[in-house]
Amino acid sequence: MESLIPLHHLSPGSFGKVRKLTAQGNERRRMLDLGLIYDTKVESLRKSPSGDPVAYEIRGAVIALRSEEASQILVELLGTDR
Amino acid sequence: MGLTHQSTGLGAMKEMFQVQLNSPNDLVIALAGNPNTGKSTVFNTLTGLNQHTGNWPGKTVTNAQGKYTHNGKDYILVDLPGTYSLLANSLEEEVARDFICFGRPDATVVVTDATSLERNLNMVLQVMEITDNVVVCVNLLDEARRKNIRVDLPKLSKLLGVPVIGTNARVGLGLKELQDAVYSVASGEVKTNPIEIRYDEIIEELVRMLEPNIRESIKDKTKSRWVALRLIEGDSTILDSLKNYLGTDIREDNAISAMLTRVEQYLDQRQIGKDELRDRIVTGIIKFTEEIREKTVFFENQQYNQLDRKIDNILTSRLFGIPIMITLLGLVFWITIQGANYPSQVLAMGLFWMEERLTDFFVWAGWADWLHGALVLGMYRTLAWVVAVMLPPMAIFFPLFTILEDLGYLPRVAFNLDNFFKKACAHGKQALTMCMGFGCNAAGVIACRIIDSPRERLIATITNNFVPCNGRFPTLIALATIFIAGTAGKYQSLIAALTIVGIIVLGVVITLIVSRVLSKTILKGLPSSFTLELPPYRKPQVGRIILHSIYDRTLFVLARAAMVAAPAGLIIWILANVHVGEVSLIQYGANILDPFASCLGLDGFILMAFILGFPANEIVIPILIMTYMSTGHMIELDNLEALRELFISNGWTWLTAVCTMLFCLNHFPCGTTMLTIYKETQSKKWPLIAFLVPTITGMVLCFLVAQTARFLGLV
Repeated sequence: MESLIPLHHLSPGSFGKVRKLTAQGNERRRMLDLGLIYDTKVESLRKSPSGDPVAYEIRGAVIALRSEEASQILVELLGTDR
Repeated sequence: MGLTHQSTGLGAMKEMFQVQLNSPNDLVIALAGNPNTGKSTVFNTLTGLNQHTGNWPGKTVTNAQGKYTHNGKDYILVDLPGTYSLLANSLEEEVARDFICFGRPDATVVVTDATSLERNLNMVLQVMEITDNVVVCVNLLDEARRKNIRVDLPKLSKLLGVPVIGTNARVGLGLKELQDAVYSVASGEVKTNPIEIRYDEIIEELVRMLEPNIRESIKDKTKSRWVALRLIEGDSTILDSLKNYLGTDIREDNAISAMLTRVEQYLDQRQIGKDELRDRIVTGIIKFTEEIREKTVFFENQQYNQLDRKIDNILTSRLFGIPIMITLLGLVFWITIQGANYPSQVLAMGLFWMEERLTDFFVWAGWADWLHGALVLGMYRTLAWVVAVMLPPMAIFFPLFTILEDLGYLPRVAFNLDNFFKKACAHGKQALTMCMGFGCNAAGVIACRIIDSPRERLIATITNNFVPCNGRFPTLIALATIFIAGTAGKYQSLIAALTIVGIIVLGVVITLIVSRVLSKTILKGLPSSFTLELPPYRKPQVGRIILHSIYDRTLFVLARAAMVAAPAGLIIWILANVHVGEVSLIQYGANILDPFASCLGLDGFILMAFILGFPANEIVIPILIMTYMSTGHMIELDNLEALRELFISNGWTWLTAVCTMLFCLNHFPCGTTMLTIYKETQSKKWPLIAFLVPTITGMVLCFLVAQTARFLGLV
C-alpha cells in the first residue's frame, strides 16, 4: 500500500484520494459534510497569496482549508493527471 | 387541507415558528437549500416586496417570510437559512431541520445549483428523509449551460420520486412551473414517492431495532425512520426538539430507552464508536448522491471550470491578489467620490431652495422666530444635509459593492486575507463581515453569524467598528478632500480616494492587532476549524442589483439616518440656542471638553460632535458646523471650500483633520450598532467592551499622533 500524505502537502495541480480522517467530533462532521469520505478524489488547486489556506476541489466545489484542517486529512497521491 | 391545521392543533405549531397566516387556507411552503444557489433570488422573485424579516423565536438566525398568490391561492413562503446539511452541526441547520420537521410546511422546496448538483443533492436527500412533500428546484440552469453541464431533469425526478423543476430564477424562467408543482404537492393532488437512502447493513439493522418503538411513541407525527437514525447517531438536539414541538419526551419512554441501551451494546460488541457511526451514515448519503449524479448530470466539456480557475489564478495570485484587491477598493471609492460630487450639489441646491420656501411660509404665517429656528434651521436643515451628503454616495457605493458581491469576489477577499486573520487568532470569514461593515456596522455585526465559533464571532463583533461605515464615509471623504487633497487640482478626487483607502487599510491593520490582543486576553483560545467555499463566478444582473441595492440598502440606511437626523437636528438646535449666561449649552459642554480634546489633537467642539453624534455617525459634521456657527444653526454649505474656510477660521490645522479622521475611524459604535451587538450577544458585557475597545484605541492613537507632531514641531 502506498504511503499516505496529509492533504496540505499535496502540491497545487496534483490529485489525491481520501484515505483517512484523523479529526474527531465536530471537526470531523464538518469534513464529512464537505463530502470528504473514503475514496473521494481531491485536487489541490492553488495557494492563497500568503501560502495558507489552500483551495481544493472537492466534489465539484472549491473549498479553502487552512493547513490545520488539511493536515488531518490523509490522502493517497494520485499524481498530476486525472 | 388548510382547515386541518386548526383541528389537529398544528395551527399552534405555526405560531411557535411565528408563521403569520392570513387565513387557515393559506399554504405554508418552506424554502431550503445550500448557500449560493440563488435561493434568495427565488424567494425575492416569488414574493416581490411582500416580505418581512425577523428572527427565529429565541435564536439569532434570520427568519424571512413572504407571500405570493398563485391561481387564486395564497402561499406563505418561509425562507430557511442556507445550509449544506441538516445534521444539526450548527444553529442554522437545527432551525432549518426543526421547521421542515415540526413546522409542518405543506411543501418544502429545495433549491439546488445545477452546476454543483452532487453537493446539493446531499441536502435534497436529507430533506426527503424528513418529509414526503418535496419539490426540487434545479436553479442556475443558464450557468450550467454556459459550462456545458447537462442535467437530465425528468430522470432526476424519476429517481428521486418527487417533482424536479429547472429554473433560472434571475430572469424568472421556470418559476411558473415551480409554483404549479408546489401547488400539486402541497394540495396533495400529486402523491410523491420519495426514494429512501439505504445505509450499510449495520445501520439498517439498528434502524430495524429502534423504529417500531419510535413509531408507537410519536405515531405519524413525523417519520420514525428519520428519528431512529438521529437517535442512533446520538444527536441529542432531536430529543429536545421532539419534546418542545410534539410534547413527546422519548427519554421517558422505557421501551425506547431499553432499546437504545441494546443499540449501544450492539455497537460496543462491534467496537464501533460515535465517529465511525457517523462516518457510516454520511458515507451512505454521499455514495447515494454520487450514484444519482452519475445517472443524471453530464459534463459535456470536462474543462467546464477552466475560466473560473483562470480568473482565480489572477485574483488570488501570490503577486497580484492583494494589490488587485486594494486597487478595486480604491476604484470603488474613486467612482463614488467622483460620481457623487455633482448630484450632491444639485440635491443641496434643491433642498436649500425648498428651505427658503419654508422660511417664506413661516414669515407669511407670522410664526415665532424660535419655531422657525427649531423646525427649519434645526430639523429641516440637518435632514437636508444628511440627504444631500449621503444619498448620492450611497446610491453609487452600494450597487458597486453589490456587483462585487454578486460576482463572487468577496469570498476571494476572505481567501486572500485569511492568513492574516489566522495570525490574529481570528476567523477568515471576519473579512466578509468587515466588508458588510463598509455599508453599515450594524449589518456587519449581524453578518458575524456566519462565523460558527462563538469566540471568533465575538472578536469579529467587537472589532467590526474599525471598518468605517457608510455614515462615517462622508466625514472622511470631506476631510480627505479639503485637507489632504485640497491643493492637488484635478487629481483631488484621486488623492482623496487614495487617502480613504489608506484609512481603510489602517482600519484593517488595527482590526488585526486588536483581534490578536483580544484572543490573548479576554477571548483566549485557538482558532477553530476553517472551511470557506469559493463559489463559481457569476455574471451579475446589473439592473436587478441597482434596484435591489437601492431599495434594500440605500433607502434603508438613509431612512434610518433621516429618522435620527431630524430629531437630533431639533435637539442640537436647542442645545446651541439655549444660553447659560453668555454661552450656549453646546459651547458650555465644549469648553469643559476642550482641554482633554486638545491633548488628542481635537477641540472641544469636535469631541462634543462625536458624542452628540452617537445616534448616527452621519450627523457629526452637521453638528460641528452648527456649533462653529455663532448663529446657532447650520450654514448653507453648497461647496466644500466654505467648509474648509469655516474650519480653518476655527483653528483647524492639518493635524486637527488627521486626528478627527483617526477618531472618526476609531470611536464608539453608533446607537444602532450598540443595540444590535446587545441583541446578538444577549449580554450587557459585550456591548460595553465593543464600546470601550475602539474608543480607547482612538484616544491612544490620537494622543500619540498629536503629541508626536507637536513635539517634532510639525504644527
